[in-house]
Amino acid sequence: MDSALIPEGAKRCSFPKFAIGIAIVSAVVLWGVFAMFLCWFKGLNQTNMNDYYGFALWIWADLAVIAVGGGAFFTGLLRYIFKIDELKNIINFAVIIGFICYSSALLILAIDIGQPLRGWFIFWHANVHSMLTEVAFCLSAYFAVLTIEFIPNILENRQANKVPFFHHLAHNMHGVMAVFAATGAFLSFFHQGSLGGVAGVLYGRPFAVREGLLIWPWTFFLFTWSAAAFGPCFTLLVTKITETVTGKKLVKDNVVHLLAKISGWMIVTYIIAKIIDTIYWALVTAPSLGFTLSHFYSNNGFYGYWILITEIVLCGVVPGAILIMKSTRENPRLRLIAIILGVIGVCLNRWVMVLQIMAVPVMSFDTWALYFPSWQEIATTILPVAYGIILIAVAYRYLPVFPQEQELNTIEPVAEAE
Amino acid sequence: MFPFSFEWAWDMAHVVFFGGFWYAVSILGAGMTFCILKAAYDTINDSGDSHH
Amino acid sequence: MKQNNNKAHKFGMVIDLDKCTGCGSCMVSCMSENNVPFKEDESNKKDSITWMSVYKLTNGKSFPDTQIVYMPRPCQHCGGKGDHGHSPCVSVCPAVATDYGYDTGIVSQIYTRCFGCRYCMGACPYHARYFNWWDPKWPEGMENYLSPDVSPRMRGVVEKCSFCYHRYQAARDIAYYEGRDDIEEHEYQTACTTACPAGAIVFGDLNNPAHQVHQIVKPDPHPDPRNKHVVGKSRNPKVFRLLERLGTNPKIYYLSEREWVRKAGDNYLDGEWDKIKNYHGATLSND
Repeated sequence: MDSALIPEGAKRCSFPKFAIGIAIVSAVVLWGVFAMFLCWFKGLNQTNMNDYYGFALWIWADLAVIAVGGGAFFTGLLRYIFKIDELKNIINFAVIIGFICYSSALLILAIDIGQPLRGWFIFWHANVHSMLTEVAFCLSAYFAVLTIEFIPNILENRQANKVPFFHHLAHNMHGVMAVFAATGAFLSFFHQGSLGGVAGVLYGRPFAVREGLLIWPWTFFLFTWSAAAFGPCFTLLVTKITETVTGKKLVKDNVVHLLAKISGWMIVTYIIAKIIDTIYWALVTAPSLGFTLSHFYSNNGFYGYWILITEIVLCGVVPGAILIMKSTRENPRLRLIAIILGVIGVCLNRWVMVLQIMAVPVMSFDTWALYFPSWQEIATTILPVAYGIILIAVAYRYLPVFPQEQELNTIEPVAEAE
Repeated sequence: MFPFSFEWAWDMAHVVFFGGFWYAVSILGAGMTFCILKAAYDTINDSGDSHH
Repeated sequence: MKQNNNKAHKFGMVIDLDKCTGCGSCMVSCMSENNVPFKEDESNKKDSITWMSVYKLTNGKSFPDTQIVYMPRPCQHCGGKGDHGHSPCVSVCPAVATDYGYDTGIVSQIYTRCFGCRYCMGACPYHARYFNWWDPKWPEGMENYLSPDVSPRMRGVVEKCSFCYHRYQAARDIAYYEGRDDIEEHEYQTACTTACPAGAIVFGDLNNPAHQVHQIVKPDPHPDPRNKHVVGKSRNPKVFRLLERLGTNPKIYYLSEREWVRKAGDNYLDGEWDKIKNYHGATLSND
């Protein structure tokens, strides 16, 4: 039915099967959109946020998708600036994942603000000293970069590419992609960093505050580094999921191994820095403000030392170790465990740097505040996941996303592969 | 965002922040303009054959 | 003629916790003065708006040694690290919707500029900032009691104590009309100050030695040699500020004869309090 749109030589499932799959996921999207409109029309009283939890699930979701979306800028940097050629086989997909992550982040931010119609104030009336301003500017600009990086892939669709102008445009954009990628890396450095800065500058919150370099707290650098380290894990994880769902091998092992190795070394260097930062904060920064480490991890029903150990050891040291050693890295099962742990680890870090900050009492007579999101918050947080599944499904079906797909799937004895 | 917004100040913070921002936006704008114009030029001057 | 802009004020407050009975008059007067809306059900205190909030503290001892103190907590109008005006909330607001008045020391909130990101609330360790989760509503008939001097806030923005800034504006207008350069101490008093039946709240200009608040607090204008971020530490041994060690430099001071109350104002490691409890800023020279 839609065979004219499918890349030449590629096998895809039948259109009805595809349409049913999309329809099921669309139901989830509609649920999320309904919750989104509830928030917009009735206000943020639809959430379980309160004056203790001004930042909650959504801000975590924002930070998490941007962290895991960091695979796009880092892979782009490696591919176009450091000229690691093998990565051309996964860069399209990394860009699509990044595009989904960043568009989701912008959407969530649009729901999260109390006066959505005034959202443009952050640009127009910018306070250049606020980390959030830096986030907004760099995030929007980087989303433009991702769109630019995604366009050539869209134009390579079989029908679109028949239009001479589109064909030439895609070709020309490929030609100057290094410039866009460099700009993207510059913007990403600052917005990933300033997302870390959002927490690190809160000097009224001893759990969050960090010393740093000039105007940038250490969390600034840790967030950038962790996004570059764990972003590729997410790219690999989504690639693996796509391969499982489609039943096809889409990226050659040497490409996967290379990206996993780079990610592994980034994780190891990051986690060393993170451990140093944590020790310094626990032994110097927090005590100088009158707080012991145990204050942040006791006397409440949820936040214990387990979260610190899980984040740093189980989801940091362990995946790092697995991915830097050739034997474990090239073992598919161990590699999968490592990238899943890595993705959980970076998401957990973002959770701690948003939710736990709000939970910890600061005044000596204050109490811990715990929070559980409302269904509207959960639905609007799942919305981007469902939207991402649809976009990946559509992109995979109609665009030449994986350059190695045909080579890896030359002879298909059975017509339907999915 | 612009020098005519009333909270704008010609201080180091604004110059560095918006300097970086407008620099990045200019590169993206110039890059895309170049690509689009060159694609239009190529389309007009092309016999239709692929030049790969 | 200029309106008393020749000298920077630094409005602040000292609250005598030994006088406070916890009656809540300050909270009520504040809500009424500043057109704070009601919720139908006010039982969840974490999302109801109380610019002035009274905390109940105990010394943690069992009967008969139990002691209780009530601590009224308005916005602390922090001067920020080094008292340079970079309050925790002001420095993070992405849209300049909250600002530090260098001529008054008051942290303002511009409701029509705020777009409700709530970063300032996350930055404030005192929970002094409140979000309008609902449209503002008053019980029928109560709209007639709204103050025309204070704009009500719309849903989706943050609000907080303004030190009754409209009263300052009104006082300045009168002074201007009467050809005076400056306002008198009694001309500008916040609603909570005037409502307190125990006279526990004293409000005035911390920069003006003639004002009672200055005389009680005796603020040290120099940075604390032990923590350079702290400026304006009280030289009165009975006076303290909330979370002073963080360097937020609040302009709300608290007064108590009781040591456990003063200790509750901040966080201390084991044994730290005994070492510093008798340190009260630079030596009193001519105060």
